[in-house]
Amino acid sequence: MIRRVLALVLRYVYLHRRSLPRIMEILFWPVMGLLVWGFMAASMERGQAPGAAGYLIGGLILWEVLYRAQQSISYSITEEFWVRNIINLFISPLTMPELILASCLMGLAKTLASTLSISVLAWVLYGFDILAAGPSLVLFYGCLLLFGWAVGLLTMGLIFRYGRAAEALIWGVPFLLQPVSAVFYPVDVLPAWMQAISRCLPSTYVFEGMRQVLATGQADTGLLFWALALNLPWLAVGGVVFGLVLNRVRREGRLSRQMME
Amino acid sequence: MAEPVPEPMTDPMTEAVTPAIEVQGLTMRFGGVAAVRDLSFCAAPGEILGLLGANGAGKTTTIHILLGLMTPAQGTVRLLGLDLATRRRDILPRINFSSAYISMPPNLTVWENMSTFALLYGVPERKKKIARLLEFMEIGDTQRALTGALSSGQTTRLNLCKALLNDPDILFLDEPTASLDPDIAAKVRAGLLAVRAERAMTILYTSHNMLEVEALCDSVIFLHQGRAVARGTPEEIKARADNQSLEDVFISIARGGDIFQRAAPGAMPNEACP
Repeated sequence: MIRRVLALVLRYVYLHRRSLPRIMEILFWPVMGLLVWGFMAASMERGQAPGAAGYLIGGLILWEVLYRAQQSISYSITEEFWVRNIINLFISPLTMPELILASCLMGLAKTLASTLSISVLAWVLYGFDILAAGPSLVLFYGCLLLFGWAVGLLTMGLIFRYGRAAEALIWGVPFLLQPVSAVFYPVDVLPAWMQAISRCLPSTYVFEGMRQVLATGQADTGLLFWALALNLPWLAVGGVVFGLVLNRVRREGRLSRQMME
Repeated sequence: MAEPVPEPMTDPMTEAVTPAIEVQGLTMRFGGVAAVRDLSFCAAPGEILGLLGANGAGKTTTIHILLGLMTPAQGTVRLLGLDLATRRRDILPRINFSSAYISMPPNLTVWENMSTFALLYGVPERKKKIARLLEFMEIGDTQRALTGALSSGQTTRLNLCKALLNDPDILFLDEPTASLDPDIAAKVRAGLLAVRAERAMTILYTSHNMLEVEALCDSVIFLHQGRAVARGTPEEIKARADNQSLEDVFISIARGGDIFQRAAPGAMPNEACP
C-alpha cells in the first residue's frame, strides 16, 4: 500500500516539477488574498474608509464587469480547445477579429446579466443602490469592459504561447490585477511602488472614481478621462501581442499541436 | 446532391488545367527536427490523392500546412490557383477538413452544431442541406441528439457531414474512417466517390488502411521522415515494388525508407508540378 501511495505522490511531484503554473498556483492565491485583504484592513485601520460597506459592495459589483469581460475572451476561446472544435473554426471563413468580437458580445450579455442580478441582490439585502453612481456608472462599466477585453487578449496570447499548461491564467490573471486596481480600498493605501503600477491601469481610476461618486455624489472627470485614455494603449498592446503570438505559434507549428492536445 | 459539375480552372494562355493543389519545396521544422522536407506535389481537380506513411512521416503536418494552421519554414502552397500565404481568406470558403482527432462541442445537438457551421460557411437553405447530408451519411435520426451522446462511428460521420457542408472544391481528410466499422467505412468511401463524380472535388486523403487507399485513391504519395519517397497510382507503386501488396510497400518504406532506390533507380521521389 505504501509503495502505491508513494508512486502516486511521486507522480504528483513529477507533474509539478514540469509545470510552472502548478508551482505558482501554490503561492498565487494565498498571496493575492493576503494582499487584497491586508490592504483592506490597513485602509480601515487608518480610518480612510468611512463608507466602507458601500465601497466594498460597489467594488464587488464593478469587479464583476472586469472579471467577466476578461473571461469572455479567454474562457470562450479556450473552451473551443477543450472540445477539440478549434480547428473546425480556424479552417472556416471565420476571421480571428470576428471570433473575438463574438466572444466580446457574448461576454457583454453575460456581464449585464450577472451585474444586474448582484446589483438587485445588493439593493434588496443591503440597501446598496449602485445607481447612486449616476450616469458615470455607464462610463465606469464601459471602461472596465474595454480593459477586461484587453486583458483577455493578453491572456489568450499567453495561452496560445504556452498551451494548456497556462490555462490557469484564465482565472489567475484578473486576480493578479485585483490588489493593484484598488478595488476595495483607496490607492494611497498601497506602497509607493505598487501605486506606480496601479496608476497604469484603467481599472484603478474607475474604482477611485466610483468611491468619489459614492462619497460626494460628484463624478471626477479627471479620473474618468484617465480611465478612458489608458484603455487605448492597453487595447492596442493586447491586440498586437495576441496577433504577434498567433503568427509565431503558427510559424513554429505549436498552434496545431495545441489544437490536437 | 445534384449540383452542376464545375468547369475546371484553366490558364487562358496555355489552356492547361490549374492544379487544385500545388505544393513546391515545402519544409517544416519543429525545433531542429524537420517534419517535412522539400516536399513538392500536385493534385488535379477531381483527383483523390493519398498521402501515406508511418506515424510521424509528416502527413498531418503537411495537411495542417495546407490548411494554413502552420506557416512552413520554406516552400509555397497554391490551392485552387491561389497562393495560400496571401489569399487564405478567399480559399477557406472553398475547402474543408475532417479528421478523427477533431470534434464539435459535445453539449450541443447535432442540428445546433451543423447549423452553426452552415451559418459560418453561408450555406443556402441550410435546413435542407443539413438534413440531406445527415441522411447521406445515414445519421439522419440524430439531429436532436447531443453530439456528445453519439457513438464514435456516428461522430466520425457527423464530422464528414460538416466537411461536406460547403460543397468544398478540396476536401482534406486525415484518417476519416479510423473509427468506423467495415460496413459504414465502405458506405463512406462510396459516398465520397459519388460526391467526387458529381462535382470534381479534389480529396487529399490519409489512411493506414491500404485496402481503403486502393479502393479510393487515384494516386498516392509515400512519405518517410518528411520526404516523398514514391508517387504513382497504387498499381504503379505495386508494380515497381515487384508486385508486393500496398500494405507490404507501406511496411517496407516505414522500416527502410526509399525501397524504390533499389527497385527502380530514378523513379520519381519528389515530383514538381507540370
